[in-house]
Amino acid sequence: MSVILLLIVVSVMVAAGFLLAFLWSVKTGQMDDDYTPSIRMLFDDELTHKDKKIKQTQIK
Amino acid sequence: MTKPNCYHCGAHCDEVITLQEKVFCCEGCKMVFQLLDENGLCQYYDLTNMPGVSAKGNFLISKYDYLDNQAIQDQLIQFKSEEQHHIVFYLPQIHCVSCVWLLENLHKINPGIIQSQTQFEKKEVKVIYHPQKISLKELVQLLAFVGYEPMIHLGGNAWLQKKKVNKQQLYKIGIAGFCFSNIMMFSFPEYFSNDIRELGSLRPFFIYLNLLLSLPVLFFSASGFFISAYTGLRQKWLNIDAPIALAIMVTFGRSVYEIITQTGAGYLDSMSGIVFFMLIGRWFQDKSYDSFSFDRDYTSFFPLGVCVLKEGQEMNKPLADLQKGEIVVIKTGEMIPADAILQTEGALVDYSFVSGENAPIEIPKGNLVYAGGIQKGRLIQLEVVKPVGQSYITELWNNPLLNNKKNTEKSFVHPWSQYFTIVLFTIALSSGIYWYFVNPHHILPAVTAVLIVACPCSLLLTVTFTYGNVLRWLGKSKLYCKNASVIEAMDSIDTIVFDKTGTLTNHDSAQLEYVGKALSNAELIAIKSITKESLHPLSQFITQHLNQQHIGVTTVEHIENKMGLGTYAKAGDLEILVGSRKLLQLYHIGLDEAIQTSGVYIAINGIYKGLYKMNHQYRKGMGEMIHALHARGYQVHLLSGDYSNEKENLQRILGPAVPLLFEQNPEDKLNYIQFLQNQGKKVMMVGDGLNDAGALQKSDVGIAVTDQSHLFTPASDGILEGEQVSQLSHLLLFAKKAKRIIVLIFMLSLMYNIVGMYFATRAQLSPMVAAILMPISSISIVSLSALLSFLYARGLRIKHD
Repeated sequence: MSVILLLIVVSVMVAAGFLLAFLWSVKTGQMDDDYTPSIRMLFDDELTHKDKKIKQTQIK
Repeated sequence: MTKPNCYHCGAHCDEVITLQEKVFCCEGCKMVFQLLDENGLCQYYDLTNMPGVSAKGNFLISKYDYLDNQAIQDQLIQFKSEEQHHIVFYLPQIHCVSCVWLLENLHKINPGIIQSQTQFEKKEVKVIYHPQKISLKELVQLLAFVGYEPMIHLGGNAWLQKKKVNKQQLYKIGIAGFCFSNIMMFSFPEYFSNDIRELGSLRPFFIYLNLLLSLPVLFFSASGFFISAYTGLRQKWLNIDAPIALAIMVTFGRSVYEIITQTGAGYLDSMSGIVFFMLIGRWFQDKSYDSFSFDRDYTSFFPLGVCVLKEGQEMNKPLADLQKGEIVVIKTGEMIPADAILQTEGALVDYSFVSGENAPIEIPKGNLVYAGGIQKGRLIQLEVVKPVGQSYITELWNNPLLNNKKNTEKSFVHPWSQYFTIVLFTIALSSGIYWYFVNPHHILPAVTAVLIVACPCSLLLTVTFTYGNVLRWLGKSKLYCKNASVIEAMDSIDTIVFDKTGTLTNHDSAQLEYVGKALSNAELIAIKSITKESLHPLSQFITQHLNQQHIGVTTVEHIENKMGLGTYAKAGDLEILVGSRKLLQLYHIGLDEAIQTSGVYIAINGIYKGLYKMNHQYRKGMGEMIHALHARGYQVHLLSGDYSNEKENLQRILGPAVPLLFEQNPEDKLNYIQFLQNQGKKVMMVGDGLNDAGALQKSDVGIAVTDQSHLFTPASDGILEGEQVSQLSHLLLFAKKAKRIIVLIFMLSLMYNIVGMYFATRAQLSPMVAAILMPISSISIVSLSALLSFLYARGLRIKHD
C-alpha cells in the first residue's frame, strides 16, 4: 500500500509543476494578449512557404 | 462606369493615379506603396485585400514638432537607456492582419527601429528604438506616413497603463483550480469505498492532504470575498459576498471540526469548488473591451504639445504648461488648445466636436475662439486667455452635477441577498429549534449543513454568467458596455435623449444640396474651375459634388480671393461670385431676404442664383428606430447644438411626439438631463463628441456613438458603432431580457437549494451529497445561462459574426 503514498506525492508534484508553469506564464505576461500571437504565427509560415516555392522554381 | 478601387486603401478613385499597373486614389496612397515596395514589404498587400489606411491629409509633418521637447518625451517614453527607448502607442487604425504584419516589420523601413510588437485587441504597438538612429518625432512621422497615426494626448500614456490585465485574479483562479481538482480526486476513495475502514492508514493521509490543499483556497483565492464582505459590513450594508463568506467559513470550520474529532472527511471539496467556480464567473463577467477607453476626460482630446511664439521664435512646449497671455501658433487641421483671442485673419473653425454645429465658422481677427475647435483654414496665431484646465469646454468636467459616481457594482442582486440571508437564518434557526426538541445531538450538524448548502453562490453564478454572456452578445452587435452593471441600468431606462449631429446623422457623409435657380452646364463648369483652386473645405465639397456629376473644367481668366468671404472670378463672359452672404452684399447683389441659411452663395453676372447647403445625411432607419422605441413605451427627446433650420424635416422623420431642442450648448444638454431626472425619469443619453460629454456623464446610461474611422469618444458607459444606431431598440430589449434570464435560472437554483435543504435540515447532508450537488448545479446554471442568452439573441436577430 505504501507505494500509493509515493505515487500520490509524485502526482501532486506533477500537478504542482503545471500550476507553477501557469503562474509563471501569467507573471511573464503570456496571458496579456491572447489574440495577436495567433496572427503572428501565420506570417512566418507564409514567408517560409513562399521562399520554398521560389527555391523550387529556381531549381527547376 | 464603375470607379476603380485604390490598390492601397480600397477607396473609390475619382482621379486615377497609376504606378506599376496598380491604381491609387491619391498621391499619399501611392507614396506609401512606393515606400513599402522599396523596402520589400509588399506582402502587406498579399495578406489582406486593400489593407491600407487612406493617406489623405496625413502629410502635416510639422504637426509633431513638439515631440522634440524633452519634457514631452519623458512623459511618453516608458524605458530609457543609451541605446534603447521603449514606447507604447495607441493606434486606433489597426484593423487587419496586414496591419500587424506591417507594424511588426517597421525595422525593415528604418533600421533605427529595433523591435515593434503589436497587441491587436488593444490596438497598441510597443516600439523599441535606438534614439541616436531615429528620433521620437521621426518615428511618429513614419507611423503617420504609413497610415497609423498614433493618438498622443495631453493625458500622456497614463490611461494605457490602466488597462493592465488583472493578474492577481488569474493567480487566484489557477491556485483554486489546482487545489479543487486535487481535493476532489483525494475525496473519491472516501466516496466510493464500500467500507471506509478498508482504506486503513491512507484515509487520514488523504484527509490531511486535503486540509493542507484547502488552505491556499481559503486564505488566498477566497480572500476577495472576505474583504468585500467585511467592507460591506463596516458600511452597515449586507452585500452578496457576506453570505458567501459566511458559507465558506462555516464549511471550512465544520470540516476542520470533523477532521480533528475524526468524525468525517469534511466538505473541503465543495468549498474549494465553490470558490473556483465563482472566481471563474467573475472573470467571465469582467470581460473588458481593451481597445476602448470609457473613462476619458478632456485630457485625451487635446494634443500633448503646442507651438508657442516667443520673441519671434517658434518653440514647442507641453500643453499643460501653457500660460495666459502666450501666443500660440495653430496650423491647418490642428485643435485649438485653449480659449484664446485671434491675432490674425483666416480663422475657419470647425466646432462640430464641441457644439455639434455642422459647418465650419469663419471668425474675424480679435474675436474669441474656444478650445476644442479645429482650425480648417490657414496658419493662425492666438493669444491664450485661459489656461487649458479652465477653458469653456474643460470646465464641463468640473461641473458639480457630475460628482456622483454611477454604475458601480451595486447590482439588483444585492438587495435580494439581504432577503436571502434573512430566509437562510430563519431556516437554520428553525431546524436548530426542531432538533433541540427531537435530538439535541443534531443541532450543530443540521445548522451548519443549512449554511453550507444554501450558499448564494448559485445566484451569484447566475448573475455573473448571464451578464457575461449578454455583454458578449452586445459586443458582437457592436455595442460595447463598460461593465455588467450598465446592462442592469439599461433595464430601468424609460427616457432616451438623442444628440443630432454625429448620432442621428452620419459624420462622414455630408451631402451638398443646391437650392435656387437652375444653373447651366457652362455655369457649373465655371464654378468648379473656381472652387477647384480653393482650399476652403466647403469649396472642396462643391468640387467633389460637381465631380460626381462629371462636370469638366475650364480656364479662369481672373481670380480674386476675398479673405474670409469668398472668391470673385471671371471665366469667359461669366462674372462669378462664390462665397458667403456677406460677399454678395459687398458687391451689392439683391438677395432674397427670406434665405438666412448658412452655405455657399452663388451669383452670376450680378444676379443671385442660389446656394449650396451642407446637409448631413441621416443614418438609415432612424425613423423606424424611433417609432420602435415609442412603441416599447420609451420617451424620446432630441437635443441638438445646431441651428433649427432642419426642424421640420426632423420632425417629419422622427414623428410629432418627439420634443426637439435646438441651439443647445453642452451645459444646456447637461441641465436638460438633470431636469428629466428630477422628474423621476431614468435617462439614457445617446451622443457623440465633447459637446455631449457632460450629458453622457450625467445620464443614467450614457452611450457614445462612434464611426469606425475616428474612435474618439468621450467618457461613457457604452460605445455603439454608428451603423448599429438603428438597432438600438433591439439592443435595449435584449438587455432587458437579461433580467428575465436571471430570474428564470434563479428558479432552477432555488430547486437545487430546496433539495439540499431537505437533506440539510434532516441532518443528513453527507459530504458526498454536497460534492455532487455543487458541480451539478454550477454546470447546469452556466450552460442554461449560455443557452438562454443565445436563444434570446437569435430571437431578436442580434448579429452574430
